[in-house]
Amino acid sequence: MGVSDLDHVAEVIAAANTVVAVGAGTHRDIGGATPPGATEVRVPSGIVSYEPADMTVTVRAGTSVDELETALAEHGQTCLLDPRAPAATVGGTLASGLSGHRRLRFGPVRDRVLEVRFLTGDGRLAKGGGPTVKNVTGYDLPRLFVGSLGTLGVIVQVTLRTQPRSECSSWSVGNSAPEWLRAHLFRPVCLAWDGRRTHVLLEGHPDDVAAEVASASLEPVDGPPSWPADSHRGRASVRPAAIASLGSRLDALDCTWLAEDGVGTVHIGTATEAALGEARIAVEAESGWMLREAGAPGLDPFGRTPANLDVMSRIKDAFDPAGKLNPGRLPYVPNAA
Amino acid sequence: MARGSGTGLAGGATPIDDPIVIVTTQMNRVLEIDVEARVAWVEPGLLNLDLTRAVAHLGLHYAPDPSSQQACTIGGNVATNAGGPHCLAAGVTSAHILALDVVLADGSVARLGALEPDAAGLDLRGCFVGSEGTMGIATRIAVRLQPNPPCVRTLLLDFTSIDAAAATVSAIIAAGIVPSALEMMDARITQAVEDFVGAGYPRDAEAVLLAEIDGLHAGVEAAVAVVDRVGREHGARNVRVAEDAAERALLWKGRKSAFGAIARIKPDYYLHDAVVPRTRLVEVLHEVYKIAASNDLIVVNVFHAGDGNLHPILVFDAREPGVWDRVHAAGEAIIRACVAAGGVLSGEHGIGLEKRDFMPLVFNEDDLDAQARLRDAFDPDGRANPQKVLPRGSRCGEAMRVPEGAWV
Repeated sequence: MGVSDLDHVAEVIAAANTVVAVGAGTHRDIGGATPPGATEVRVPSGIVSYEPADMTVTVRAGTSVDELETALAEHGQTCLLDPRAPAATVGGTLASGLSGHRRLRFGPVRDRVLEVRFLTGDGRLAKGGGPTVKNVTGYDLPRLFVGSLGTLGVIVQVTLRTQPRSECSSWSVGNSAPEWLRAHLFRPVCLAWDGRRTHVLLEGHPDDVAAEVASASLEPVDGPPSWPADSHRGRASVRPAAIASLGSRLDALDCTWLAEDGVGTVHIGTATEAALGEARIAVEAESGWMLREAGAPGLDPFGRTPANLDVMSRIKDAFDPAGKLNPGRLPYVPNAA
Repeated sequence: MARGSGTGLAGGATPIDDPIVIVTTQMNRVLEIDVEARVAWVEPGLLNLDLTRAVAHLGLHYAPDPSSQQACTIGGNVATNAGGPHCLAAGVTSAHILALDVVLADGSVARLGALEPDAAGLDLRGCFVGSEGTMGIATRIAVRLQPNPPCVRTLLLDFTSIDAAAATVSAIIAAGIVPSALEMMDARITQAVEDFVGAGYPRDAEAVLLAEIDGLHAGVEAAVAVVDRVGREHGARNVRVAEDAAERALLWKGRKSAFGAIARIKPDYYLHDAVVPRTRLVEVLHEVYKIAASNDLIVVNVFHAGDGNLHPILVFDAREPGVWDRVHAAGEAIIRACVAAGGVLSGEHGIGLEKRDFMPLVFNEDDLDAQARLRDAFDPDGRANPQKVLPRGSRCGEAMRVPEGAWV
């Protein structure tokens, strides 16, 4: 896979009326439906360059998360891309803005992207950011593209910041309230709360992890908790302080849920579309919002109009004046300028 | 155009074409501190160090710590996406800004970002941070606060060659250690600092590294042992671990006084800012010394070695006739050398006016066109901080733009 493939993709995009960038299809339910008959494009895969001592990796967007993380693991490093969908592509993971469950300690995925290369709707290749770990040269297009759901350009290659894998990574479970654990533990990696118990991920030196487990009366377990896997799923975003009361509301509904304490992300799964709709009402009652992640085709993808839609729509018009890239995926207002 | 303390080094807050200058220094309150959520709302004129002081009693701090932190404002830090020594592990300003209330160029107000983890739609917060005032003016800023680490160790490594110090930097990172800070100072600046503040630096070293490790006890001690071993393997004459908080503070005082100490060498200086891949540090440093020598200038280097962020400082006496031409020629040659080594124009100071016309060194027409489109979407009339960041001619695509509906 090389330049010739990229040229071909560019030609296809330039000639198409409507373009949908497709990765592994693991998250294609996110956002609004795209028009039938749109031209689907897939971009090349493969690691372009990886210099462990620089702690950066440049990878084609069609590479799977699993392939990238396996290559990094050989050098004891990771990009912390969400491991829950290993088949997902790097480009799809970024376009969908999936931060994974280590966000509490290591931050959102947008902070990992150093450079983005993308194809415009008229088939030109452009880039933003730069290949070094620190860079303020020009506008921050990498962050703009994270979570843009393929509506501004087709991501073809990114440079990501890597970091050393922790010497020890250990899940344990405790009965203490998550907010107590958050204050008591030093920068825990994940506090996943199910309303009864808190599943704690600690990483670092084995002695430190053992000492923290003991001091917080945690019980070591073999692995992570089960993230909701029902056919209808949503990802709620609420202020971290609202998680306790949202948990009580969700417990009264017919759903499974797991909250990332300290972050404010709540993963919700239901057996029916109607139940996911009820969960959304609970989330909105806590002043949050819920992204439809999977299933529930009748449910609005966002549940509310994003703030600042006028500015977003002007950006959309500026990047994609013909409106051909993933139309309908985000609720832009056309011709906002 | 907004202006905070005016500590910026790229001319981003230098008015061009007589704009109205909005000075934010009196908007300097901490509006709200949420200890539980570790979030504070502040005004843009608040000084960086005053923010950390305001939350110190809560066991918290604000991580980005530019060398100018006693004088620079949070609003200015947002505009430039500022860094600092402790951004090596903690990340630069953008990673610490959750939300902003901004006034856009048309006078409308908007909240960008959110206190919820994800805001629906595009990351306008991410666009705004680092946009150097060209997308509007922030009036309230929600910053993320960090818990103070329970254990901190500061080390001073003493080398007889620049190469050995630079190789140690790469080797520490390659050993899987990410210090919270990893700073390098060359012989001339080390001596000047020692004369200036008496920080306890070795006067006869060719280079010193200042490394800081923080976190939980066992992990910190293990990392200190690795840094000590790697340093000695690469020729460190001595590795000193500060014994207490006072010694640690003194070591840092030396680093943070470096710019003031330069006056002991010559009265004027031009501070550059560029980033190269860590693995290219040695060759680029050699090139920097060569460029200075060929322009008959003194250069000193004191910089964020851990992330490859160079700060070559050209030291001179502005009263010397013709010296500015040599300073500018050397500066441009340094920038070109960094770019040739796979680097970028700026790591933390910004583009402003200073580097605007160098942008085509790292971006082609299509890259600049994309950036111009983003700026125009925020500010169609070009009212916010005009003529900064993007060089003239960035909107190359205008003529190529296909008429509306051509594909439909």
